[in-house]
Amino acid sequence: MNKQTFDQLNETLYYEQLDNGLDVYILPKAGFNKSFATFTTKYGSIDNHFIPLGKKDALKVPDGIAHFLEHKLFEDEDGDVFQLFSKQGASANAFTSFTRTAYLFSSTSSVEQNLKTLLDFVQKPYFTEESVEKEKGIIGQEIKMYDDNPDWRGYFGLISNLYEYHPVKIDIAGTIESINEVTKDLLYTCYETFYHPNNMLLFIVGNVDPEEMMKLVKENQAAKEFSKPEKIDRFFEAEPPEVDQASQEIAMNVKTGKCLVGFKDRSPDRQGEALLKHELSINILLEMMFGPSSENYETLYEEGLIDDTFSFDYSGELGFGFSVIGGDTSKPDELSDRIKSMVEEFVKRELHEETMESIRKKKIGYFLKSLNSPEYIANQFTRYQFNDMNLFDVIPTLESITIEDLNAAMAEHFKTDTQYSKCLVKPKGDS
Amino acid sequence: MEAVNVNQFTEGPVCVHVIQSKTYKTNTLVLHIRAPLTKEDHTKRALLPLVMQSGSKDYPTRQKIRQSLDELYGASLTGDVNKKGENHLISFRLEVANERYLKDNTPLLEEAFKMMTSVVANPLVEDGGFKDSILTSEKRNLKQRIESVYDDKIRYANMRLNEEMCKDEPYGLFVYGNASELDEITPAALYDYYKKIMQEDVLDLYVVGDVEVDEIKKLVQAHLAFPERKDQTPSSAEKEKTRTIEENEIIEQQDLKQGKLHLGYRTNITYQDDEYFALQLFNGLFGGFSHSKLFINVREKASLAYYAASRVESHKGLLMVMSGIETSNYDKAVRIIREQMEAMKNGDFDDAQLEQTKAVLKNQLLETMDAPRGLVELMYHNELGEKKRELDEWIPGIEKVTKEDVVSVAEKVELDTIYFLKGTEDDSGE
Repeated sequence: MNKQTFDQLNETLYYEQLDNGLDVYILPKAGFNKSFATFTTKYGSIDNHFIPLGKKDALKVPDGIAHFLEHKLFEDEDGDVFQLFSKQGASANAFTSFTRTAYLFSSTSSVEQNLKTLLDFVQKPYFTEESVEKEKGIIGQEIKMYDDNPDWRGYFGLISNLYEYHPVKIDIAGTIESINEVTKDLLYTCYETFYHPNNMLLFIVGNVDPEEMMKLVKENQAAKEFSKPEKIDRFFEAEPPEVDQASQEIAMNVKTGKCLVGFKDRSPDRQGEALLKHELSINILLEMMFGPSSENYETLYEEGLIDDTFSFDYSGELGFGFSVIGGDTSKPDELSDRIKSMVEEFVKRELHEETMESIRKKKIGYFLKSLNSPEYIANQFTRYQFNDMNLFDVIPTLESITIEDLNAAMAEHFKTDTQYSKCLVKPKGDS
Repeated sequence: MEAVNVNQFTEGPVCVHVIQSKTYKTNTLVLHIRAPLTKEDHTKRALLPLVMQSGSKDYPTRQKIRQSLDELYGASLTGDVNKKGENHLISFRLEVANERYLKDNTPLLEEAFKMMTSVVANPLVEDGGFKDSILTSEKRNLKQRIESVYDDKIRYANMRLNEEMCKDEPYGLFVYGNASELDEITPAALYDYYKKIMQEDVLDLYVVGDVEVDEIKKLVQAHLAFPERKDQTPSSAEKEKTRTIEENEIIEQQDLKQGKLHLGYRTNITYQDDEYFALQLFNGLFGGFSHSKLFINVREKASLAYYAASRVESHKGLLMVMSGIETSNYDKAVRIIREQMEAMKNGDFDDAQLEQTKAVLKNQLLETMDAPRGLVELMYHNELGEKKRELDEWIPGIEKVTKEDVVSVAEKVELDTIYFLKGTEDDSGE
């Protein structure tokens, strides 16, 4: 077993890659009652065009199928896996993102039993026509719940402005129509292709003995048979570097409007250190431009254009990357114009070393705070690993970023002529 | 379970609770300022923490406060209001990195402590009132916050259910106040209200982290010194009277894709009562978890909803069910939910299910204790109720509950109000 220590943070990480290709990471945390494990496949909503395992021809699958599969894995011949976890005192859950599907449990007792349950249910698909049909009702309600949610609609509205072809623009759960096309056989096809241990990562964090945990995982995996690991071919249409659409308005049954503006990465091909540096740089820049301690924030707040829902975020993976800025506002048009011109002003000015230092400190403190959360560690570590980065490099990388790095990221990312778009949510009948 | 070392002392009117733990990489401060929820003051009270954290004597603008927090390695400071039973809490929370994990050795805890107490104890005052411009922007901020509840339909349905169900009780008041009262609030009136709460409200400060008790004592003495109060018993919320309940059905309509079905029950049991743990088990079996009756029957079997859950308000003794359904399925969903409640009253669950619920509840409790805020939340129950329960009494309390206890809780639970926010969308095209 490999062992890596992070002295400054007082953490030790254990790692091994098993014979079947599964990556296993264990981070012991003394003092916590809770143990937490995530079992994640590198398969998300964007993986809708690929060559199925053992086949020659590429297949396009219905939107939302990765998420549908996530729901269905919780059912097996003997019933509902939630039940099994709760009998063992654990709570289980799962989520599907653009690029990952994660299954997880947290428990304060019977950690070993729960870990076995996690490995076993994810590695034992069981779908019937009947249960697939029933799930369509449940997921249909999940989709409708999001349809009534103005934040979600605004967010996906913006992404669909930014991208012309890339499947990141498709809602993770799909649509009522697309999930109707899901069948038992299609679910098996996706499962066989993407749930090979070689495409998965197990992360265990909590009050555990790493040696014992690793032994358990190895024995569990050795008792199962898997085909030889194969590289998965996924296809994405060529995406233009510029945004697809500069603006969109959505009328909804709301009282307060929303304004979201976004910037699309021109060349989202970074991985590893380059991606880590890029995303941290964009985050620092966003904080300098629009963080609560910035001049711009103060101005927008004083002008009554924003309230404390105003925020920003950057998402970057192989193939796509974008930042989102915005929040609730009674004047969506005015706010989007102001944000745009503030960005234009900002890129013209010189960056101050002092402001950068202050933001750097803030980011380091936030990172320490997030290490209190086993959920954060497990989820983020996996995301970083799938992009060839290491979560524990965040502080050293934050410390190494220079004004030049920021200038380079700024020049590429914050271009209002070609990379910018806005999505406004407005009260119905208000336009 | 890791032993939790709690030290308690009072300094003037402030009751200080120090929870020593080496588990976290941060130190957490929580100050609760408590008073009864009243129609007269609830809007002012919601506005106050927003105004206070927008400027203090030492940090006269929002931006100055935020910049200083950034300098303290992104210390986070939030001030907000909450409703616990019929108490209206103003809470300030601050979390700051423990400097031992940093290369820098600025005394972060002390600096952060100064920040928070400056906001709480030394507000920015001009001409006998809060600063006019701050008041204006925070009124706007709060107004938008109140309105945004309408936009989040789950929260909106919750608020409406509370309003309808507790029409004649303080609990029916909305935690963020009433937007139409905002215009009336003057800088001087709000400052008078501030002075009043500093004289009268109950103050509890929690400090969680790898800290020394003496160190905290010194910090409190140096920065959070309030004048001693005249001997007075703190006013606490009125005890609920027994009332006769008639089932009430409220149906509203909005342009929505999904209907929101929320049901309010009176459990007639609160944190004060010995049956409190049995109530937790009742809720767990009925709708609290993914193995409970609502999840299995509304979602898994009937496929009517993505979520169908219940939760308990510990200090008011209410149980709220919420679910998102197709508008046309209203009758069916209500029928299934009623049937589940009947099943609970009939003791239609076995020992294995009871044990399963105990296991999940214990797990949830231990997990809550893993987070500094969760720990504070649990401990604060003891200040809200007259009943004191130590943290290590909770798990044995859950263990002891029998099936008979749960059934006897079920017998007390009464449906009060059904609230349905129905959609207009034609949903026949599924």
